[in-house]
Amino acid sequence: MRKIFVTGFLISLISGSNLFARVELLGAGATFPYPLYSKMFDVYYKAYGVKVNYQSIGSGGGIRQIRERTVDFGASDAFLSDEEMKKFSSPIVHIPITAGAVVLTYNIPGNPELKLTPEIIVDIFLGKIKKWNDEKIKRINPGINLPDFDIVVVHRSDGSGTTFIFTDYLSKVSKEWKQKVGRGKSINWPLGLGGKGNEGVSALVRQIPGAIGYVELAYAIQNKMPYAIIKNKSGNFIKPSPESVSLAADIDLPDDMRISLTDTQAEFGYPISSFTWIIVYKDLSKAGISYEKAKELVKLLWWMTHEGQKYCKPLHYAPLSKKALKKTEKIIKSIVYKGKKLLE
Amino acid sequence: MKELQVKILKDKIFKVLIVSLSLISVIPLFIILFQIFKNGIKAINFEFFISLPKPPGEQGGGILNALIGTILLLIIALIFSVPVGIITGIFIAEIRNKFTNFLRDFVNVLQGLPSIVMGILAYLWVVKPMGHFSALSGGIALSLMMLPLVIKSTEETLKMLPFSLKEASYALGANYTSTVLKVLIPASISGIFSGILIGVSRIAGETAPLLFTAFGNPFINMNPLKPVESLPLLIFKYAMSPYENWQRIAWGASLILILMVLFLNIFTNIIIEKWKKS
Amino acid sequence: MKTDKIFKGILWISGFFLFFIFLLIFVSLFKGSFLSIKSFGIGFLFSKEWNPVAEKFGMLPFLAGTLITSIIALLISLPFSLSIALFLGEYFKTGFISRFLSYTTDLLAGIPSVIYGFWGLYLLVPLIRKLEMKLHVTPYGVGILTASLVLAVMIIPYASSIAREIIKLVPRDLIEAGYSLGATRYEVIRKIVIPYSASGIFAGILLSFGRAFGETMAVTMVIGNFNFLPKSIFSPANTMASVIANEFTEAVKDIHLSSLIHIGLWLFIITFLINFVGNIVIKKFKVNERITG
Repeated sequence: MRKIFVTGFLISLISGSNLFARVELLGAGATFPYPLYSKMFDVYYKAYGVKVNYQSIGSGGGIRQIRERTVDFGASDAFLSDEEMKKFSSPIVHIPITAGAVVLTYNIPGNPELKLTPEIIVDIFLGKIKKWNDEKIKRINPGINLPDFDIVVVHRSDGSGTTFIFTDYLSKVSKEWKQKVGRGKSINWPLGLGGKGNEGVSALVRQIPGAIGYVELAYAIQNKMPYAIIKNKSGNFIKPSPESVSLAADIDLPDDMRISLTDTQAEFGYPISSFTWIIVYKDLSKAGISYEKAKELVKLLWWMTHEGQKYCKPLHYAPLSKKALKKTEKIIKSIVYKGKKLLE
Repeated sequence: MKELQVKILKDKIFKVLIVSLSLISVIPLFIILFQIFKNGIKAINFEFFISLPKPPGEQGGGILNALIGTILLLIIALIFSVPVGIITGIFIAEIRNKFTNFLRDFVNVLQGLPSIVMGILAYLWVVKPMGHFSALSGGIALSLMMLPLVIKSTEETLKMLPFSLKEASYALGANYTSTVLKVLIPASISGIFSGILIGVSRIAGETAPLLFTAFGNPFINMNPLKPVESLPLLIFKYAMSPYENWQRIAWGASLILILMVLFLNIFTNIIIEKWKKS
Repeated sequence: MKTDKIFKGILWISGFFLFFIFLLIFVSLFKGSFLSIKSFGIGFLFSKEWNPVAEKFGMLPFLAGTLITSIIALLISLPFSLSIALFLGEYFKTGFISRFLSYTTDLLAGIPSVIYGFWGLYLLVPLIRKLEMKLHVTPYGVGILTASLVLAVMIIPYASSIAREIIKLVPRDLIEAGYSLGATRYEVIRKIVIPYSASGIFAGILLSFGRAFGETMAVTMVIGNFNFLPKSIFSPANTMASVIANEFTEAVKDIHLSSLIHIGLWLFIITFLINFVGNIVIKKFKVNERITG
């Protein structure tokens, strides 16, 4: 009797875990789109039965893992430079999935909505503005009771695309930042605490009074944290939202979709916006995966950029515009397996 | 007379000091256990055990993937460490020369190695050649940590057996192999078993070796060649996240983990008591 | 006879296998760090710059973080560990309270590191933050102090079990002789037990230090992830183990990964030496006991 029960249990467990069949996909990388991706993959599994195991370890990690082919796809919010792409054993493509906003989130009593300018942000992260009730901050936020707290800077400790977006913006708006610190996924931060992933930074800012950090919009909203309204190139103070991000993304796009959206010219665009990409090998036979898996991967990418887009706005990401989608479709269609096209 | 009084006073003060310091040191244990029970119990319900984690921002979800993953990793670790450990333990206990003395020292050193180094080794030995993360690499990292425990408990148990046992076996005409396999090992089974249990309770809670080997998986996985989630990994990730739902799950998972460790501890003690009596 | 030969052969193979693992550990770590060793040489230990952008890596901030937290943890835990050892070895050798303390110390030892970290993060860190705000120091909450406190609690059971073993080995007749001469318990402990077991206790301290040195998860969760030399006890920092845990999966450049493995190599070497020396001292102590005791 017991034997039957045990065998039955084991069988149901094994079949439940699909030990013997069904393609599973493994991806890793950016934490920036994680709230969106995890929702997308949850829905995709329920709809198609294909498991997508995505570990958010940071864009740097995603790039390294896809370069070493320990994962099927990588995800990054920093697109790779020509030099970095050369390090891959075989050509890769960037597929934009969505665009998001990097916001400045903070922890001060009352959690008021603050206005910030590029100059103030640079000075805070360079350590020149040390207190919340500094004159410069007070001047553009009249009527807000700013506390006499130290500003505790929180940044990313891991190889982060979000950091790349943020420092790309800072380098564009400040020569001093460009010289002293520069842009990159891993920065030699002059000061501050390191959080792991967007999650880590959000957690730290949430707990430390006086903290300020840069995270993707979804993280700030999901954790009910305040975020700043930032002055853009045209002089307008813009609130980060899917709409203001879409405005920033409404520019001429290159065919390979590798472009920075920061410090946008768009009059009402949010200045710290960015696409986020999934990175795969153009010829998936070189990625060390089977033909079956390659087909499923391309199906997934098509779904994410079409049906999956409806999950963007509710999670505070900007869906791909018609212009962007057209170019993206071309890129997905160009993915091959041993020369043969995967998508008709 | 006064000198004597001073002496007695010092003695009393010292005793009070020793007793208080000792009892104070266990206070953290009770604080930790209390907090974990209090916060963990809120998270535990039927859903907790049978469902998978939900995406951030959504409510509910459970730790089934982590529970199964932990068991899978433990099985792999046991497969790699127990047979090898027992045989090596026999070797060190039975053969006496400079080489085995050196090995004995090395086993002690291996036991003291930081767990993160085990993770690096498993990454270099298994993940890189295989080309991807897997439960196998995580299990191997854990087995490296179990190995010294199995070896030592085998060796020490064998050493404690009365020599007369061996002599009696020879007197009955058995050869060396049968003596070891059919007499000595069965006699030491409780000691070895308790060593294994202690090892299991230790590696069940290990996280560092799994960070870049088992990697994590939001789904159930019983395939050793694929990545897998484990209880301590889940606790680590969720504790450091900003989502309240995930933090709640982390408390629940910690409670389960602590109960596992407690249970293994009690079980091991019972076995040791029984073995000592015989 | 033949089965015996085969069997003994298997035993010898397993012995060599173990030895082979030992060599393989060293070789793999060395190979993995080679790029870093070639680029930085011995200066790696003393360089305080850890800059993935400029590709300059140095271990000093983490060596400092590890040393400081381990030493502070040791200092805090020592009186408690010794007290437990004396409590169980001299004052309450049997009885309910003896078993109670014994069990609870074993339980403390069995709590997984990640749970200590979790507890530290949610219960200790806010307390430290409050303290820092009172002292008008930046209220990180995480940092050297918090990590040292968590470490101290973790090594108490370990240190006390070694001390217990050592103290057990002090010959009874010496102790009895002390009592028969009219000494109080305090005097016996202070003038006979402690001096006698001094070398053993020193080894115990060394081994506990080694344990704290390599501790990873609990420290990673409360130390603040800051790759510079810590400036004060409230400063966030990183240890050799925690920086590896934090950056390993994400190091994009080969030199970055190699430098992390390089740190792992040093962790291996240092804990190896500490454990090796500590175990030898204890062995000598035990041998002395068997001869003279």
